This record gives sequence, C-alpha cells and structure tokens, in this order.
Amino acid sequence: MSDLTFIPRRPGGGDDAAPVPLPHYVSRAPYDPYAVDAMTAAQQRFYVASQWRMMWWKLRRHHVAVAAGVILLAMYLGIMVCEFVAPYGVDTRNTDFIYAPPQPVHIFYQGRLVAPYVLGYDSHLDMRRLERIYMPDPQKLQPIRFFCRGGEYKFWGLVPGDLHLFCPAAGGQLFLLGTDRLGQDLMSRIIYGARVSLTVGLIGVTVSLTLGIVIGGIAGYYGGWTDILTQRAMEVIQSFPHLPLWMALSAILPVSWSPLLVYFGITLILGMIDWTHLARAVRSKLLALREEDFCTAAVLMGARPARIIGRHLLPSFSSHLIASATLMIPGMILGETALSFLGLGVRPPMTSWGVLLNDAQNINVVVLYPWLLAPVVPVILAVLAFNFLGDGLRDAADPYH
Amino acid sequence: MLSYIVHRILIMIPTLIAISIVIFTIINLPPGNYFTTYIAQLQGSGEKSDLAKIEFLEKEYGFDRPLWQQYLYWANGLLHGDLGYSFSYDLPVDKVVGDRLLLTAVVAITTIIFTYIVAFPIGIYSATHQYSIGDHLLTLLGFLGLATPSFLLALILLYFSNVYFGISIGGLMDPKYLDQPWSWGKILSLMEHIWIPVIVIGSAGTAAMIRRLRANLLDELQKQYVITARAKGLRPLKVLFKYPLRMALNPFISDIGSLLPQVISGAAIVSVVMSLPTTGPMLLSALRSQDMYLAGSFLMFMAFLTVVGVFISDLALALLDPRIRLQAGRRQ
Repeated sequence: MSDLTFIPRRPGGGDDAAPVPLPHYVSRAPYDPYAVDAMTAAQQRFYVASQWRMMWWKLRRHHVAVAAGVILLAMYLGIMVCEFVAPYGVDTRNTDFIYAPPQPVHIFYQGRLVAPYVLGYDSHLDMRRLERIYMPDPQKLQPIRFFCRGGEYKFWGLVPGDLHLFCPAAGGQLFLLGTDRLGQDLMSRIIYGARVSLTVGLIGVTVSLTLGIVIGGIAGYYGGWTDILTQRAMEVIQSFPHLPLWMALSAILPVSWSPLLVYFGITLILGMIDWTHLARAVRSKLLALREEDFCTAAVLMGARPARIIGRHLLPSFSSHLIASATLMIPGMILGETALSFLGLGVRPPMTSWGVLLNDAQNINVVVLYPWLLAPVVPVILAVLAFNFLGDGLRDAADPYH
Repeated sequence: MLSYIVHRILIMIPTLIAISIVIFTIINLPPGNYFTTYIAQLQGSGEKSDLAKIEFLEKEYGFDRPLWQQYLYWANGLLHGDLGYSFSYDLPVDKVVGDRLLLTAVVAITTIIFTYIVAFPIGIYSATHQYSIGDHLLTLLGFLGLATPSFLLALILLYFSNVYFGISIGGLMDPKYLDQPWSWGKILSLMEHIWIPVIVIGSAGTAAMIRRLRANLLDELQKQYVITARAKGLRPLKVLFKYPLRMALNPFISDIGSLLPQVISGAAIVSVVMSLPTTGPMLLSALRSQDMYLAGSFLMFMAFLTVVGVFISDLALALLDPRIRLQAGRRQ
C-alpha cells in the first residue's frame, strides 16, 4: 500500500488541554477485497504458463538433459551439412593410403604453440609380412586448413560446391581416424554415416508413434472386444525377440531394391515392432481419461471419436508420449547398427555407422586395425544423449514431482 | 491359484498359434522358395542340378500346394516334434540344430540368472545410497552398459583376449568336446567358456534392471510407512527387506517378460561375432538362403522360449503378489 496518507484527527471543539488521540492511517485507495490474492508478475507468469512452458522450465534445471539436448542438436545440425563438415567425400578413395592409422593433431612445434598440423606418412610395403607400414615423417609438416576449398561435392546431391570446414594441407593427407580397406577417410565416412544412423531413429519413431496412437487410441477409447483383440495382438508382437524378427524381416527386403528404398524399409521394420509400448501407454491413459467430465461433454456436443481422441484426450498426456518416444529412439539406433553390422541393414553404397562397423566384424582385422572400431563412439554418444534427454523429459513431463 | 495357472496356459495357446502364423507368413514373404534360388544358383554356375530329387522334395514338402496347406503341414509337424527338413544341410532340422537349441536355452537362462545376481545388490545399494559417489559411478556405468551395443562388447573382449593372452575366447566349449555326446567334462568345459558370452549378452539387461530396481525402491523408500517403521526404531536392514524391497520386487519379476526377448536377441547377434554354437549364425544363413523350415523352426523355438519365460514370470509374480492371483481367480 503505497499511497497512505496521514490524517491527524481534530476532535470537534477546542480546548487544547484535551489529550491528542492516537494518530492513525486511512488509505485513500479504493477498497479491493482481493488484494491479498494478487500475484507478483513472476507468480502471474508461473500460473498462466502453458504446460509446455512449465515443462521447459523444469527441463532447463536438469543440466545433464540440457547438455544431452545440445549435443543432439549439434549432431542433427551436423548431418544437414555433412558435405561441408567432412574433409573428404564419402566415396573418395586414397589408394596410396589403405588402412592408414589415425594421424594425431599436434599444436606444439619444438615447444612453440602453432596452428594445428599433422605429420604426413612415409609408407612402404613390408614384402615379408605383406603389410603396409606407415611411419609419421617429422619432416612432413602439414598444417590443417580451415574454411578451405577442397574436394568437390554435390550438396545433398543437388548443389555443387567445394567449401569445407577443414581440409588437409595442399598435397597432404588428413586422416584423423585413419582409413579403411579402400583408403577412404573414416572420419568423413562417420560424418556421412550419421545421416542414416540418426534419421533412422527419427523416422522409425514417427512410424511407431503413429501406429501406437492410432491403435492404442482405438483400443482405449472403444474398449470391449476391440481392446481385447488389440491387447492379444500386442502380446504376440511383444513376446518376439526383436532382433531375430528384425533379421527375418530385413532378410525379405528384395535384393533388387535401391539403397534408398532399403533404408526406408529398415526404418519401417524398426518402427513396426516397437509401437506396442506406446500403444499400451496410450490405451491405459485413454481408458482412465474417457470417463472424465470434459470427455462426456464433448460426446454430448456431438464430437466424433477421432476429434475427441485427437483434440481432447491426447493433448492431456502428449508430453508423456514425447518423453517415451525419445526413450525409444536409442533402441532403434542400436537396432539399425546391429542389423547393418550383420549385413542385413542399410546396404552400401549408402553409409551408416553399422555399415562402417561391418568392416570390423572379423576380430583379426580389428586386432590389426583397431581404429575401425571408431564408429561405435558416435553410436554410444548418440544413444547416451537420447537416454539422458528422454530421462529429463520424463521427469519434466510429470507434474506431480 | 490353480484357476490362475489354467487361465494363463489357455492364453498361451492362441498366442503361440498366432506367433506361428506370423513366422510362417514372414518366411514365405520373399518371392520364390529355397529351390528356385538353388536351381538359379546351380544354373548360374553351369552345374547340372539333380532335378529329380528337387522335384521329389518339392512334392514331399508340398511347395506346389496353397500356402495355408503348407502352414498346416508345418504346424502339424511341430506339434509332433517334427521340425521339418533343412534343404541346405540335406538333413532333418532336428539333426542339424541338435545341441544348438539346448545351448541357446542354457545361455539365455544363465544370462538371466547372472542379471539377477548382479543387478540385485547393486540396485539396492544405489537406492539406499542415493547421490553418493558410488551411486553416481554405478549409474554412469549402467548408462554405458545400456548404450553399448552388445556385439561391440564382444568385439572388445575378443580384442583384448587376443592382444594380451593370444587366445581366442570364441566358442562355448573346448574344441575337443564338439560333436561329442554330453559328459561331465563337456559340462565343465561349457561352464568355463559360458561366462564371457553371458557377461556380454547380460550387460544391457543388467543395466536396465539396476535402473528400474533403483527407481522402484526409491519410490517405496519415500513412502510414509517406511518413515513410521523407522520412527518406531526398526533396524534399517529389517525396514528395507521387510516391506519396501518386496514392493519394489514386483516389476523386477515381471521384467523377465521383456528381459527374455532381449537376451535372446543379444544371444543371436553376439553368437555371430563370437562364433558360438547357438542359433545366431545358423539363423542368419538360413534366412539368407530361404531354408524355410530351418529358419521357421529357429524363430518358433525362440518365440516359444520367450512365451514360456513370460509364463513363468507371471506365475512367480502371482506367488509374490496376492493381489494378482486373487484378481485373476475372481475373473474366472
């Protein structure tokens, strides 16, 4: 109350000897009976915040989840501009450097800090053991160039260009993670492989979400026989070991399909099996929610079931759905990796992390060229990040904790 | 309880029938059959094929009949313990797979036992020592276990054993016991070799189970009855084991349902890497060459193992939780 005024009371009549009554305050502001209920601006913001805003506030405090989200964002931004990020093209062969080991990046030259450089290789063939030997040559200093013109590419297969984030010194090499049996730079291939490996999970989860919401929604909303039938069907699918089923399904993809078609086939296969968990969640929530008054009101106003499910019921737990969908993506990424590792997944010339790991299937090769295992690092990183983000989202989506 | 068991068994039958139909459909989805691929292959390499025998086999196994009759023939055979005929091995399927199915089951069951033995104490420790250094460390380890593809773990173990010990740890027993009848020595050799695949296959499941047990136990430990029990001066261990742990255990047991498919999946891929004599590699080649009876019987066996495992876990759950068995009894 800011505008309080002090009004000394003058009792009527006048002898000065009468004791002065205690002073008191009267507010001139209009009387507002709800003044105590008034909220500060911050409180106001909190109370009228939408569900999504509150979820965001809660998620923001979960530092690990935020970090995971940032990493994932960086990864997905990266796959949009693979051609720019990767120093070499996806199919560029360096036939003089087959199975070259990784070149470490140096930033000190004779004790002085210099621009990052790598050491070029001296290679020769050991005729006795039939082995290529690569020795770093201290004479061959090859500074890494940044924002440079390098190998030409077609951006997303459409726009030609040759600008790279970083590329080898002119006439030099830059194999930060080594090369494979065709002399292809592993680092570039991992960057390109991310395009398939990371999108497989997204598309697969979209398929799963659609199936789960539609089937779970129908089962939960109608109940009765539909419910029992779908429940049984879900049990059958769930009681299947995933991988053998995935193997069987991807073995039936025709050999004549183009790699792109196979890719979509694989995502469909991954998505087709995992929807049961989502459908279960949708069903159990709908079973409880359809008894609510707002649902009855919508029915009485003549809304069709599709509208009731879509407009009234689903939004009440869509945050949960998104959280569990996020937690499903890592399974799909691992599934694709496993299938491609076995040679049943995405087919070359398309590249994914699993396809790259296919080279590491033979333990003797791995012992000789351990850097071929490098593609598992991004796999683990992506899976971990999705797990942490999903965990954070799940905590944030729950209003009761 | 009895009515509950009967109820569950009755549910299993249509489930298994549905699974067999799904498997049969999947296997028959690719165009052609083993023989068309085989003949094409032979003609491609210019060899003369034994057309008379192929024709006989085609007739014998009814490839000229409609699909539903083929299915009935196959399903009927399964019911009588006849797994069919493997064309690529030219032997009855049960002769080809022999020990493989048994070994798959042994590996799967051992893995689950391993998962329990490891996950149980770690989960309890993590929950009772929430946010301690040990808990954080174990959580990190658990997440790593979840995120690492099992075949990678197999590769790493193989790599280190190869680099440091110079031996191959692939296989499930000493080579001298291969193709030998079961004996005490063979079992011992199996015991020596089994733990690496078990660790590899079990890591993901163990990590998941630790996290679930920890979350469940934490939920229970915050409830008021625990506070009451503590306030009344019960010893901490008794408080833990008497009530909250029992409540937290339910999902633990019902988890077998999701653990078993996972373990069998893991076994399938790990066995390819570690060249284990289980179902993985053979299933892979059978699927590729459209050896339909071999692939179908493998898949059916895996699904059967899973269904039985889920059944057992449901029974254990009913034993543990009176609410479940009483409710099921009422429904009858």
